[in-house]
Amino acid sequence: MKPSTAGWVFAAPALGVIGLFFGLPVLAALALSLTDFDIYSLAHIENLRFVAFDNYLGLLRNPLFWKALGNTLYFVAVGVPLSIAVSLGAALLLNSKLGVFKPFFRTAFFAPVVTTVVAVAVIWRYLLHTRYGLINWGLSGLGIDPVDWLGDPRWAMPSIIVFAVWKNFGYNMIIFLAGLQAIPEDLYEAARIDGASATRQFRHITLPILGPVLLMVSILTLAGYFQLFAEPYVMTQGGPLQSTVSVLYLMYEEGFKWWNLGNASAVAFLLFVLMTASTSALMWLARRKGVE
Amino acid sequence: MNRDGMPAWLARAIVNGLLIGLAVLSLAPLLWMLAVSLMQPGEAAAFPPPLWPASPTLHNYSELFSRMGMGRYLLNSFLVSTLVTAIAVLLNTLAGYAFAKLDFAGREGVFRLLLAALVIPAQVSMMPLFLMLKQMGLINTYAGAVVPGMAGIFGIFLVRQYARSIPDELLEAPRIDGAGELRIFFQIVLPALRPILVTLAIFSFLGAWNDFMWPLIVLSDERLQTLPVALASLSREHVQDNEMMMAGSVVTVVPVLLLFLVLQRYYLQGLLVGSVKG
Repeated sequence: MKPSTAGWVFAAPALGVIGLFFGLPVLAALALSLTDFDIYSLAHIENLRFVAFDNYLGLLRNPLFWKALGNTLYFVAVGVPLSIAVSLGAALLLNSKLGVFKPFFRTAFFAPVVTTVVAVAVIWRYLLHTRYGLINWGLSGLGIDPVDWLGDPRWAMPSIIVFAVWKNFGYNMIIFLAGLQAIPEDLYEAARIDGASATRQFRHITLPILGPVLLMVSILTLAGYFQLFAEPYVMTQGGPLQSTVSVLYLMYEEGFKWWNLGNASAVAFLLFVLMTASTSALMWLARRKGVE
Repeated sequence: MNRDGMPAWLARAIVNGLLIGLAVLSLAPLLWMLAVSLMQPGEAAAFPPPLWPASPTLHNYSELFSRMGMGRYLLNSFLVSTLVTAIAVLLNTLAGYAFAKLDFAGREGVFRLLLAALVIPAQVSMMPLFLMLKQMGLINTYAGAVVPGMAGIFGIFLVRQYARSIPDELLEAPRIDGAGELRIFFQIVLPALRPILVTLAIFSFLGAWNDFMWPLIVLSDERLQTLPVALASLSREHVQDNEMMMAGSVVTVVPVLLLFLVLQRYYLQGLLVGSVKG
């Protein structure tokens, strides 16, 4: 076997799996989203009809879709900056020469990342419990009345955001930490000799050099946060008053609860378009600001 | 005093105080989960909530395994995750090595296509994939849960990045001696790739173990459910049973935490290959 033949033979199994179980279904999803595939078509394929863009138009007229989109954008708009700020803060602390026991702290901050989202969502649902949750108990010590965190439409999404940031910040922290450790120490040395304060050093040395890492982390986090599903599924079932129905939650219910697979595919594609548009916008913004 | 007008001891105290505070926030929910899982039934439904079990008991765990069939779910999770890991490591390694070191027609084009496909969320494929597996009779089978995870673009990319550092001479010498490509792969490439294989295996295992949406869709039969899916349905049916729920969470979370603690060097290294150096 020549190396060139071997190359194809070696790559073929993985490419076959990806093509068959990912590529093909993605293309099929596009076709499916143009049909009215539902539980009747599931029983009998002849009930399937081509409806062109009816699913998409229907979604744009569906108040629940707009609600889900609004909730998802809320989650992304608040969650992503908060998550990045906490990750960067934790990385700066771990990178500081003043800190002790850093391997321990790094592991502690990272522990929530490897936990199963359903299992820790169950814990948080209990922590946030109105009557006997630890969080309300802590607040009562400060003289604050109990808050119905997951039962009040105003608080359900903020609660889920705090949970998500707690769960995920360690991931970006590791990437930031690697970026920080790559910054040459001489730069700070020179700045200190010139009398630059810690804040100025951060603004004029750390942030610019970290720019590309920051961009990449932002894109990954943005994409990840658009895919909100397990948290509302376990913690609130989309409630109260649909305040935590996310786009993917809607897709799941449309597809696998009501068996409107055509409609659900259209939801998935709209989410994909939205994700691509936002990450492209972020990249365009970064390029304009001179970050490559 | 330094130039920021802050005594060094104060700066040190602030940094370490923040580190400790953040560590408490990170670990407290996990430690409390463990504490509640050891409480007597009903003990946690009090106000103020007890922080520590009055008389620790394994009752919740024994209930979980004897009455709720947790052993079955644990086994399902291990089976699915191990199968995904074994197959994905083999297929991704073969492909990653091919993309790094074996020149074949269309290599660059295919690789660029793979990278472009990385931006497509997996959920887009789920509806047709479900229909496809239904046609193949794989819904409610372990195979149905395993099949989409058998190879992945990220895994191929990870191996490719690492395999590029293998010197060409190492591969040329046995070729001249007439060794076959398969033999070169197993005798030279695999040993050289060992660190990244460990990384890939941890990623695959954690990914499969923690996955929720796909097993939820494909394994509706209760006897086949994985831990996260079983835990989610348990939490919907027994909302008040806090001690048992926490025990279920411990069983779900502890295996992956242990795996991470033992092999964190490889895991964190893989995180960086896949991101910063990308």
